[in-house]
Amino acid sequence: MARTRPLSPHLQVYRPQLTSMMSIAHRASGIVLTTGTVLLAAWLVALAHSAESYEMVSGLLAHPLGQFVLFGYSAALIYHALNGIRHLAWDLGYGLTIPEVYRNGHIVLFLTMVLTAGLWAAVWM
Amino acid sequence: MAEFTLPANSKMSSGAYHKAPEGSSNVRVFQIYRWSPDDDENPRLDKFEVDLDDCGPMVLDALIKIKSEQDSSLTFRRSCREGICGSCSMNIDGTNTLACLKSIDEVKGEVKIFPLPHMPVVKDLVPDLSNAYRQLASIEPWLKSDKDAPEGEERRQSPEEREKLDGLWECVLCFSCSTACPSYWWNSDEYLGPAVLLQAYRWVADSRDDSTDERLDALDDSFALYRCHTIMNCAKTCPKGLNPGKAIAGIKSEIASR
Repeated sequence: MARTRPLSPHLQVYRPQLTSMMSIAHRASGIVLTTGTVLLAAWLVALAHSAESYEMVSGLLAHPLGQFVLFGYSAALIYHALNGIRHLAWDLGYGLTIPEVYRNGHIVLFLTMVLTAGLWAAVWM
Repeated sequence: MAEFTLPANSKMSSGAYHKAPEGSSNVRVFQIYRWSPDDDENPRLDKFEVDLDDCGPMVLDALIKIKSEQDSSLTFRRSCREGICGSCSMNIDGTNTLACLKSIDEVKGEVKIFPLPHMPVVKDLVPDLSNAYRQLASIEPWLKSDKDAPEGEERRQSPEEREKLDGLWECVLCFSCSTACPSYWWNSDEYLGPAVLLQAYRWVADSRDDSTDERLDALDDSFALYRCHTIMNCAKTCPKGLNPGKAIAGIKSEIASR
């Protein structure tokens, strides 16, 4: 053999599709939730510490940038929870045919948008 | 650890351009992955113009035409040309399928053809399937019964028992599903992958098999089985319309309910 065999292309050529994209989004939203929990902890620690530090953290979160981060955190939380229910159904053997996977996938994406928008509408009303 | 980029020896460059003969009426460009072990070059992407008015309807027809008329060194596996042998599995237009079952009309624009993803390449579109075959052998894909078959008769099953094997026995072992699975890309050294796990479930589900417990014991492993994260690229891509993801869920459920 002249030289080591090359590895055929994978991510470089495979078409993104609902199945793989929602799977990687589940993992990504999980990572966002882990980091987002640090924010929640910081807020609670500040609350326990003093009125001044609580004021400071609340101020940061009320800043447009802080609101943007909270928006992302809430969207990730809602997506991860809904897609988690989808995974639980799959583990029980339901909804595993490709037409069902697409249907329940679309439902999760639609509900994520509706619930995230609803949550923020409630916050701002 | 998952490597998301290609190793240095696997990076692709553009290659030769083969024009269709003068007077071709309905030209389509096929972009094909090429690599030969006989020189010291990296893989390249050759382009071939094919006159679809003088070609069969399937991607395999075009590959055979290119090999006969434009470049006899083009290397790919094929045999039955009707979706039964499983030889011509490859990545066409971004998903894995059998070239003989993929109509050229289904693809818009250039027809891009690569070997099955994340596999060592033997030559051009021929991947090395040794590891996948070794994994298939490891699940002992044959009937293991404590009893001899009744004298002069087959082993009987009820219609209901037989029905459980539908959607499992039809697999032609083309490995389109396994090589469509990102989890298999990153963990093929230990994770068995959808094709082999569907075969494993085919024997777990068989009423004539007496070794279900041993089979499940062997499968109950955090890598061999549980690297399946229900991504479902496998069922999405299967050219036979089978559902390895559902079969894997069946194995997990059998193990959980023991």
